[in-house]
Amino acid sequence: MTRYILRRLWYMFITLFIIASVSFFLMKLLPGSPLNAEDKLSEQQKTIILEKYGLNDPVPVQYVKYLGGLVQGDLGISFAFDNTPVTDILADRIGPSAIIGFQALIVGTLLGILLGLTASIFRNGPLDYSSTIIAVLGTSIPSFVFAGLLQYLLAVKWGLLPVALWGEFKHTILPTIALAIHPMATAARFTRTEMVEVLHSNYITTARAKGVNESGIIWKHGLRNALIPLVTVTGPMAVSLMTGSLVIEQIFAIPGIGEQFVKSVMVNDYPTIMGTTLMFAFLFVGIILVIDLLYGLIDPRIRLAGGNK
Amino acid sequence: MKRKLSWLLTLGLVLSMFLAACSGGGDDAEQPADEGKDQAAEENVEQVFNLLNGDTIPSMDPSMATDEYGFQFLGATMEGLYRLDANAEPAEGIAKTHSVSEDGLTWTFELREDAKWENGDPVTAHDFVYAWQRAVNPDTGSEYGPYMMGGVIKNATQVNTGEAALEDLGVKADGDYKLVVELENPTPYFHSLTTFGTFLPLNQKFVESQGDNFATSTETLLANGPFKLENWTSTASQWNLVKNETYWDAATVELEKMTYQVSKDPTTAVRLYEEGTVDRVGLSSDLVDQYSTHDDYVITPETSVFYLKFNQTRNEALANVNIRSAIARAFNKQDLVDEILNNGSIVADGLVPADFVNIPGTENDFRETSGALSAHNVEEAQAFWEKGLEELGTDSVEIEFLGGDTETSKVMNEYLANQLQTNLPGLKVTLKQVPFEQRLDLDTAMDYDIQFAGWGPDYLDPYTFLSLWITDGGNNKMGYSNAKYDELLNESATTLARDNDARYENFLEAEKILFEDAAIAPIYQRAMAQLVAPKVEGVFVNPFGATYEYKWSKAVSVE
Repeated sequence: MTRYILRRLWYMFITLFIIASVSFFLMKLLPGSPLNAEDKLSEQQKTIILEKYGLNDPVPVQYVKYLGGLVQGDLGISFAFDNTPVTDILADRIGPSAIIGFQALIVGTLLGILLGLTASIFRNGPLDYSSTIIAVLGTSIPSFVFAGLLQYLLAVKWGLLPVALWGEFKHTILPTIALAIHPMATAARFTRTEMVEVLHSNYITTARAKGVNESGIIWKHGLRNALIPLVTVTGPMAVSLMTGSLVIEQIFAIPGIGEQFVKSVMVNDYPTIMGTTLMFAFLFVGIILVIDLLYGLIDPRIRLAGGNK
Repeated sequence: MKRKLSWLLTLGLVLSMFLAACSGGGDDAEQPADEGKDQAAEENVEQVFNLLNGDTIPSMDPSMATDEYGFQFLGATMEGLYRLDANAEPAEGIAKTHSVSEDGLTWTFELREDAKWENGDPVTAHDFVYAWQRAVNPDTGSEYGPYMMGGVIKNATQVNTGEAALEDLGVKADGDYKLVVELENPTPYFHSLTTFGTFLPLNQKFVESQGDNFATSTETLLANGPFKLENWTSTASQWNLVKNETYWDAATVELEKMTYQVSKDPTTAVRLYEEGTVDRVGLSSDLVDQYSTHDDYVITPETSVFYLKFNQTRNEALANVNIRSAIARAFNKQDLVDEILNNGSIVADGLVPADFVNIPGTENDFRETSGALSAHNVEEAQAFWEKGLEELGTDSVEIEFLGGDTETSKVMNEYLANQLQTNLPGLKVTLKQVPFEQRLDLDTAMDYDIQFAGWGPDYLDPYTFLSLWITDGGNNKMGYSNAKYDELLNESATTLARDNDARYENFLEAEKILFEDAAIAPIYQRAMAQLVAPKVEGVFVNPFGATYEYKWSKAVSVE
């Protein structure tokens, strides 16, 4: 097991290295420069400033320097925010995104599982159809439509919640709901499909034959097995939820990382682009590793297969 | 056990959401109650504005700031030699008066002795010397320093490129309260330039003690203006401006506090306004229709002008003055500002914007005096067009149109292309829509035929617009060259520099030449449509530099 984890960590390192390299060179292909008053400066003035930031070196030299800094844990200083280390920006912005993302993940998956479960138990009944319709709507309607609608109805029309901005718990409710729609739909779909399959498998028939009561069959034997595929998608979903949604953050004026990332690309803030990309990448590969390790806990069959090797 | 837990969790979450929803509702319900009649006396009005900002403030370092928000908050928290007043005229700031030498090259400013930094240090002439040297010091890496000071203050460009020492910059302190500035050329508008953010003073001791952290948070800033920042860091999305009691003219400042929160989405912003959370909000074009009848609807003209640049070096058709004249007259600008922009923007038929400068010694607006030099007229356009085609010996012309890629830009690009193709038979326009950064690269490389571009002023003088098209000028980038035009502008900056009346004669003549040559095709002058709460009073909108001036603002009671 230790060797397995070590090997996975090594792969993780390689993956991050490749991501860092590819995004570095892709980023250098972006048109423009980090200068803001580019249209007002002479060539000579531009050169002086670019020199100061080390942007006049050949790209491979810049690349080696950047990797050198990275190894020492130095993500550099933002070009857009004067003298502000990229780590400060990330630390400042990840919080709100993570809070909203985490709440959305919990609310979304729990509601989704309930929805999926209801649908599978009352298969082909009205409850099944309505839950399917909710799931389809949730997947196909973009979250900004929900966000706009929620904002209009709950905040503008009925005045129940604040329209936008950030500060207290009440500010997180609307964005959480808007963001939870998608994971909810996904969870509902997965749960229903898997539950239907599981409930028709032999060991459920055996369980019934043994006289296990219906709730025991559904909760203990059925749901637990049906959730395995859901765990697979939940990991990456968690990362993408918690690293921020540009649209939701714009609409609810949340100072999150998603919005910051897009802005740094627009203004060619190279260190911030790299820092954010690497953080996202790190979270992704990290979560995937954790999920892989978790499988063993949820499904004994996977643990066994690993042990046999 | 687990089942119970999951149910409980779900239930708990759902409940907490409803509870929070209710408490949220309760808070909001309290607000209207405040609007009771107990605020009869005007003195009782809380001197607070609640405002939105379109983005974070990327830099509060006067030498490094380049953007709207940086200059806005520098203007509110700091004061330079002068400050623009209600009429956009330079009013008393740290300088009380100034005198200009015979040759117009040496400006001597008398500074007030009661101006203080937030920490109690006096604001002296040395603070200006330090700040201006810092702005052009190549080690600082300032963009606006060399841009604003180069060619204006003696040796600024040489210091920036390392050809001259810092001490050679033409700014010296004569004692603590006299600042002597030597200029490269006589610059009649120099005192208006000193209101700009890049020219603000800096307390050397403080800046150096903060090192790299300078101007990254409230603690590392030092105000000498009417307000100071509270709760700010460079990544903050909420902060306040509060009255600075150590400001020399604090007695004039009535406003106690302004709260700021960042919101970028226009629809969200307007909903926050309706909710009563904020006191002013900008309206995007799509929102104007809905709110133009609102009681609080206000249009504020700006001084940015947008036009088509004709590159004479790439497409031979555009080297022909008749073809250019035809294109410049062939599109309906009124429909464009009414239907597409729909935010109070006005048609531009010249380069220097309306309500920007007056002819010296008169009340006559420059734009009005100069008149409509390039107006929409399809018949004239078609006459020019036929003449141009004849001269070129062809009956069809293909042109690439370079424009922006934002939603509004795209609609405008398509509209203009369509107008041109409809009104000028034989013209084929292909659109190329790219992000701003890329458009600048293409502009620098002069790799376009027609480009949709714009310009906002950097100081209060027509020269800021007209100097764009001097032969081989840094921003010309379209191969326009007219010896007479160059001469007129050159005179205005040299031999005539001290005769403002004559300078303006030259400007008027130069602008005429520009449009006889159909060098560019003016389209519109931008305005902003806003909703402003009735309690907001005395906020001035500046033609350049800090957008808003709050020193003389106050909240008034509304019946």
